[in-house]
Amino acid sequence: MQLAVSARKKLGSFSFDAEFDLAGQRVGLFGPSGSGKSTLMYLLAGLLKPDSGSIRLDDIVLFDGQRGVNLPPEQRRIGVVFQHAHLFPHMSVRRNLLYGWRRTSAQNRHIEPESIVEVLHLAHLLDRGVNLLSGGERQRVALGRTILTCPRLILMDEPLTGLDEELKFQIMPYLNSVFSKFDIPLLFISHSLLEMRLMTEQVLVVEQGSVKRQMATEELAQSTWAAPRQSYVNLLRLGPPEPHGDLWSYPWGDVRLILTEHADNQENVFELDAREILLFKRHPEATSARNLLSCTVRKLFTVGNRVRVELQCGSRQLIVQIVPESMRELELEEGREVVAAIKASAFRRLM
Amino acid sequence: MFLLQPSDLDAIQLSFKVACAATLLSTPVGIGVAYLLVHTRIPGKSLIEGAVNLPLVLPPVVIGYLLLVLFGRRGLIGSWLLEYNIQVIFTLTGAIIASAVVGFPLLVRSIRLGMESVDPSYRRAARTLGASGWDAFFTVTLPLSGKAVFAGMTLMFARSLGEFGATIILAGNIPGVTQTIPLAIYEYTSTPGGDRMALSLCLVSIVLSFIVLLISGAASKSLDRK
Repeated sequence: MQLAVSARKKLGSFSFDAEFDLAGQRVGLFGPSGSGKSTLMYLLAGLLKPDSGSIRLDDIVLFDGQRGVNLPPEQRRIGVVFQHAHLFPHMSVRRNLLYGWRRTSAQNRHIEPESIVEVLHLAHLLDRGVNLLSGGERQRVALGRTILTCPRLILMDEPLTGLDEELKFQIMPYLNSVFSKFDIPLLFISHSLLEMRLMTEQVLVVEQGSVKRQMATEELAQSTWAAPRQSYVNLLRLGPPEPHGDLWSYPWGDVRLILTEHADNQENVFELDAREILLFKRHPEATSARNLLSCTVRKLFTVGNRVRVELQCGSRQLIVQIVPESMRELELEEGREVVAAIKASAFRRLM
Repeated sequence: MFLLQPSDLDAIQLSFKVACAATLLSTPVGIGVAYLLVHTRIPGKSLIEGAVNLPLVLPPVVIGYLLLVLFGRRGLIGSWLLEYNIQVIFTLTGAIIASAVVGFPLLVRSIRLGMESVDPSYRRAARTLGASGWDAFFTVTLPLSGKAVFAGMTLMFARSLGEFGATIILAGNIPGVTQTIPLAIYEYTSTPGGDRMALSLCLVSIVLSFIVLLISGAASKSLDRK
């Protein structure tokens, strides 16, 4: 998608302005609450009219203050998944799902309800009323309902906020499979950096009512490292596991990692805190850590009493956090070989 | 002791006719007015609101008189209707109009409260799913305020069953034509020896009102369950 926005809106004492141009399939809108993320979403969806400016999606002008163009929401074909799902309480799951689909013209319908029901595992819920659904089920129905309108862009407004941790990571694979299967551009709104890293490739940072920066999601993740008390979390995408004694062995690039936790997907995402990785100068003969990886130091970066070490492990990268004293003792410098030791239990499964 | 004259049966039937017609005819208008008050930003909204609510506080006799002036042979609407050979005063139509005007504020109030309590997010969600404003209103907002619409209809129906003041002035008290239950009771009480008959009709009135309450309670419960 190509999205060009130049819009201003005043709401009481809050004023919002956005000025950006972006191209990409999965974009995040990142910022603290009250920064104007939702305002931007409402402006894009047509639920709020900008005071001035213009909004263009691909080659269609959604709003142009000067030419007096303002497409109503139903003609924009921009889907919205709201934070609280907003399923229609007087309709069954099936009628909720088909609400938008029935209102989509035949030439735009390129997604069949059956395939959505299958991907989102909704078959057993179809005839239920929506008031009896759990939080995760509600979000799945809301997502399905929006996708069935075959929109040109889907806006997701903190769809995972309010769900507990475990449920969040149960839903994210659904999101990922839906967006990769149906190839719909996504604008994902969240204040959670972890969600951003799992869902998006690039982000717009919104602060105090305006879009401040635009960058790759990974860049944003690394930039927050400089803030005090913040640590970096490595996200590792591992292949399908094989049994390894009473543990599990996962392929990761061209090396294998030994984990205590089992996962059964083709791709499994685990998090690994940068502080949980130990570095050795030479290969220790025996340690309690199950993973000993030979790596090359790519980059060193010191802030205060912390050092960020970027390692190249085969084809993959790993970020480790140590203190300056260790760096001196290990005589670390760019290009040097080290051994990273990681306990099998240090990985936490996300999805 | 419980005896009903044929004219009483006429009165009961008429009461039903008047209450049903007044309620059914007013409901679409009531929904429209409630929509105007809740969802639009038209100038003079408070004036419209005042005009709608006025019958609630005015004595019914005053309303009846104003309607008589309006619908009379030389009245603003009456003279115009006369050209089409339609007469309102002293007819069933008059009784229905009187009931409709008196019960209307109750209907609008209830529908309006219902519509205001529907979370606007549902309407927004419907819009982003491709529904136009009207479509969203009829498929989301209105069904979600269905309970309130029904409650308003019940109130109005009950009010119409008991309507007296405006009816007697606009439609008169003609047995078999405009004499509803309250008017029949009034006539019995003003004729010597009619006490017993008045009491029978009072009992009928109590039973009818109670049935309306029961039906409305049951219906609102079943709407709740949905």
